[in-house]
Amino acid sequence: MLTPKITLDTYYLEARRDLLEVASMLDRYDRSVEKVGEKAEDESRLTSLLEALALLSEKNHSQANRTEQLLVHFAKVS
Amino acid sequence: MQIIQPHYHAIARTAQDYERMAMSGVVAVCEPAFWAGFDRRSPETFIDYFAQISEFEPTRAAEFGIKHYCWVAVNPKEAENTELTQEVLRQMPEFLEKPTCLGVGETGLHKSTKNEIDSLEAHVEIAMKHDQLVLIHTPHLSDKAHGTKTVLEVLAGMNVNPDKIWIDHVEEQTIESVLDAGYWAGMTLYPVTKCSPRRAVDILEKYSTERLLVNSSADWGPSDPFTLQESVVEFRRRGHTLQEAVEIYHNNPCRFLGQNPKWDIKPITISEE
Repeated sequence: MLTPKITLDTYYLEARRDLLEVASMLDRYDRSVEKVGEKAEDESRLTSLLEALALLSEKNHSQANRTEQLLVHFAKVS
Repeated sequence: MQIIQPHYHAIARTAQDYERMAMSGVVAVCEPAFWAGFDRRSPETFIDYFAQISEFEPTRAAEFGIKHYCWVAVNPKEAENTELTQEVLRQMPEFLEKPTCLGVGETGLHKSTKNEIDSLEAHVEIAMKHDQLVLIHTPHLSDKAHGTKTVLEVLAGMNVNPDKIWIDHVEEQTIESVLDAGYWAGMTLYPVTKCSPRRAVDILEKYSTERLLVNSSADWGPSDPFTLQESVVEFRRRGHTLQEAVEIYHNNPCRFLGQNPKWDIKPITISEE
């Protein structure tokens, strides 16, 4: 297993890229809503993504199982 | 679809890139002078490098039906060696005369030090003196916003024609200031560290595309020339027409680079049967 420092050094930029992709997807949705003039009829996928981000932001993850939690969370949305 | 790869470091890539780019519609690549991954110690190394990208590399690309153009400069990462920079700059005009050399680049900033700024100014002065195009590199990651602001400040203090200057590697936090100042802006698509194909298309949809260029850079590091084609596919998937794609991925490079008479590829219009 990698040390904590090497873990951050190795994966920080990729995680940064992935978060930027999420941010740009959310911006894309907002711009689309603005252009079309209405939201998607069903925003449950958007809500699910925002809830997932909130889950990641929680400080206490003593079991280091964020991925498992997200998979369970995403399973609620079709 | 015909595509131009405006920023591509061919000497760091294999012929397989050329073959695949040719198969995917790339008709021309432009190779700015780049950092070699280590700091070069003598001006002669640069001279050989400039000869490689202005004389040899066009022959390698031509085997696959691709036109190869180049730019010459001392990379900002090497600007701390002021003696070397001055000597290379002294010899650079000779290469600006080469039949496939489009201008001065990529100059720019890395850590925005005083020596880098001095080097940037000297490069831009040479370019303006010889009526050349300029390609300016902006810093990576956390240095980008500050470095781009500094580039704009440096240029604002000089007598430059914004039409002839392309500021590269813009992202969401820097593009507006570059376009507002009247320069061309380039988006560089990288797998991890710069803009992504999807984000580039977001930017294309958000801003006027008149002065936007898209490239993959593709060098010796983690990079992929086909992020450019990914961007084309993403653009088309969002419902933009083939002509709109051609305007961005072929005609815009022709419009900017065509300011140099050595560039002989014309904008194209897709005729509808």
